[in-house]
Amino acid sequence: MEVYLDNSATTKVFPEVAELMIKIMCEDYGNPSSLHMKGVQAEQHVRYAKETFAKLLKCSEKEIFFTSGGTESDNMALVGCAMANRRRGNHLITTQIEHPAVLQTMHYLEGMGFEVTYLPVDGSGRIHLEDLREALRPSTILVSVMHTNNEIGSLQPIEEAGELIKKTNPAVLFHVDAVQGFGKARIYPRKMNIDLLSISGHKIHGPKGVGVLYISEKVKLQPIIYGGGQQKNIRSGTENVPGIVGIARAAELLYQHFDEDEVRLHGLKRSFIEGIEKLEGTKLNGLVPGDPYGFNTAPHVISVSFAGVRSEVLLHALEDDGIYVSAGSACSARKPQPSATLKAIGVEKSLLESTIRFSLSVFTTGEEIDYTLAALHEKLHILRRYTRK
Amino acid sequence: MFTAFLIKYAEIGIKGKNRYLFEDALVRQIRHALKKCSGEFIAHKTQGRIFVEAQTVFDFDETVEALQHVFGIVGICPMIYVEDEGFENLGNTVVDYISRVYPDKNKTFKVYARRSRKSYPKDSQEINRDMGEIILNAYPEMKVDVHNPEILLTIEIREKIYIYSEIIPGPGGMPVGTGGKAMLLLSGGIDSPVAGYMIAKRGVKIDAVYFHAPPYTSERAKQKVIELARQVSKYTGPIYLHVINFTDIQLYIYDKCPHDELTIIMRRYMMRIAEYIAKKTECLGLITGESIGQVASQTMNSLIATNEVCELPVYRPLIGFDKQEIVEAAERIGTYETSIQPFEDCCTIFVAKHPVTKPNTGIIRKHEHNLDEKIDELFRTAIETDEVIIVE
Repeated sequence: MEVYLDNSATTKVFPEVAELMIKIMCEDYGNPSSLHMKGVQAEQHVRYAKETFAKLLKCSEKEIFFTSGGTESDNMALVGCAMANRRRGNHLITTQIEHPAVLQTMHYLEGMGFEVTYLPVDGSGRIHLEDLREALRPSTILVSVMHTNNEIGSLQPIEEAGELIKKTNPAVLFHVDAVQGFGKARIYPRKMNIDLLSISGHKIHGPKGVGVLYISEKVKLQPIIYGGGQQKNIRSGTENVPGIVGIARAAELLYQHFDEDEVRLHGLKRSFIEGIEKLEGTKLNGLVPGDPYGFNTAPHVISVSFAGVRSEVLLHALEDDGIYVSAGSACSARKPQPSATLKAIGVEKSLLESTIRFSLSVFTTGEEIDYTLAALHEKLHILRRYTRK
Repeated sequence: MFTAFLIKYAEIGIKGKNRYLFEDALVRQIRHALKKCSGEFIAHKTQGRIFVEAQTVFDFDETVEALQHVFGIVGICPMIYVEDEGFENLGNTVVDYISRVYPDKNKTFKVYARRSRKSYPKDSQEINRDMGEIILNAYPEMKVDVHNPEILLTIEIREKIYIYSEIIPGPGGMPVGTGGKAMLLLSGGIDSPVAGYMIAKRGVKIDAVYFHAPPYTSERAKQKVIELARQVSKYTGPIYLHVINFTDIQLYIYDKCPHDELTIIMRRYMMRIAEYIAKKTECLGLITGESIGQVASQTMNSLIATNEVCELPVYRPLIGFDKQEIVEAAERIGTYETSIQPFEDCCTIFVAKHPVTKPNTGIIRKHEHNLDEKIDELFRTAIETDEVIIVE
């Protein structure tokens, strides 16, 4: 049995999306900027994709831009805003548990002379609005907060944060990294006071190498990529038409069964958590007190620490049974240092390297969850017998 | 512009009556190395010289790099060759050669003719003198220096006429395949690929064995070892890499033996398995990357303990090297970057905080008896897991 529980790293592409993309690559392969029929066809595909996202996000299609993925969307939002607004101020705010695409970009901006405040999070991985209120200054130009944490699945109070920011100073821009959240939670930028929103294709059963950045009409952004002036001069480069159509179709498909999937995934998460609690020496990370089954966290991410077992070894042991999971997050698993997110929520030192992330998708079944719990039961027993003395 | 290479070799020139064996092996290795290059080549041996002649368009840099990986080659001379169409035409060819190879003409030179075709109308001295004059007339800024010329322009008169003046250094050593075969214990670290390289350089064909311990070591660690073998195989030709699943033996030792002796007993079993496969595949020795005192299992006492389980000689070419020297060698042969990727290998998983550094072989042997019940069976099972990957 093959059980893929690493959907926060990447997801399987919907077969329908793949077929559509092949058709576009082989038949409607024109350049949207070309004047002839082939170009017009391609342009129509891009327009379809913009309209799709405009509908799902309840915004204007003029506010949809396509990038090479979540990382570029985050870079474009942060660097583009910082550079365009530096006469207004030099202060940026983010959180301690952002994805490296945000954190590293912030470090780059610090090197360029900007000052960054990193908001702490509590034991469940959420920022506190009072901290945000205190951090806001007259020189603040941008706040960037992730929607769903990629390692522990905690949800940030995005709507409340948006309201607070705009009440304090409407000129402060609000960026939300929704790479993990989009498709799992309904996000409406206008209603939530979000000015910039990052989305990635391959986290929502679309292709790799494509992402979306929602840019509110009110926002002026300095481009970070220069060239032929495509996408209103904001993001030069020939549009990745198959990728763009792929991400749009994937989003559309996810939204078709949005509510049922959400309920079903939370059900799976609950049975998984119940199973984990029956195992000895386990600890669930990122849950909010009073919400033992994580209904107030993302439906698809479950972070568990297994005392006395190295996460990489457990990962490979599960792999033996065809179960694919992640140690920490895939983005940081190949670097030896322990995860900043787990540290920030106060996971004990001895558990930092004993933490596994299970992430579900719409393809995950109850049978797969039971199979994984049974495998864990068996493997933990063996692995705990042999440890480094 | 170059169309051929003269291959210079040193050590194999002194092998007496066996000389042809070494030369044939070198030609074979050259042909093998050139298979991966674009273009077609003829490599042949004539009158104690080895020539590589391009038959089609080829990539000069790629070809030289491939030749620089062939043990036995001391120097690679890029040449042009022409049919004999009279001395005047030869003069034009040489003048053209100099104009293309040496944009800066402010150099000293000497013409060095070798006439193996004695029917050529001029003798060597006359060629030297007359060609020198033609060059001086064409490039008045060039000067003759017969003792220390910057350019030694060699003209070899054979069936065809060969012209060359540059020597690109080769790796030296002896052609692989002239010295038997040995089994390299390849761990994924910095040392073992260098050890394999050094023994291969003496003409020895290399096979390798890697011990992996899933789930404690990852698929990526195995891929890394395959990649290292591939890099070494650039020099040695195809390597048969034996991948042995070592987990059960390791856990059994963990269960039955004192923890501080785990590594040394584990090493003894690795040597035993490596030797078993070596003998089965007609290898004449084992190769390890050990260096005295580098880690606890490489002290002289530990080496006694790991050495005594083998009948075949164990070659340890790095035995007197410092870590820094090994690192430099690894960088030179191109394995360093791969070696330092951080994947755990099976030697470090359960390593004790304070492993024994002076194991007493008597005590080690005694503790190994704790394994008597199941070890033979585990040994057989481990060997049955042997997955052979041909790396080239």
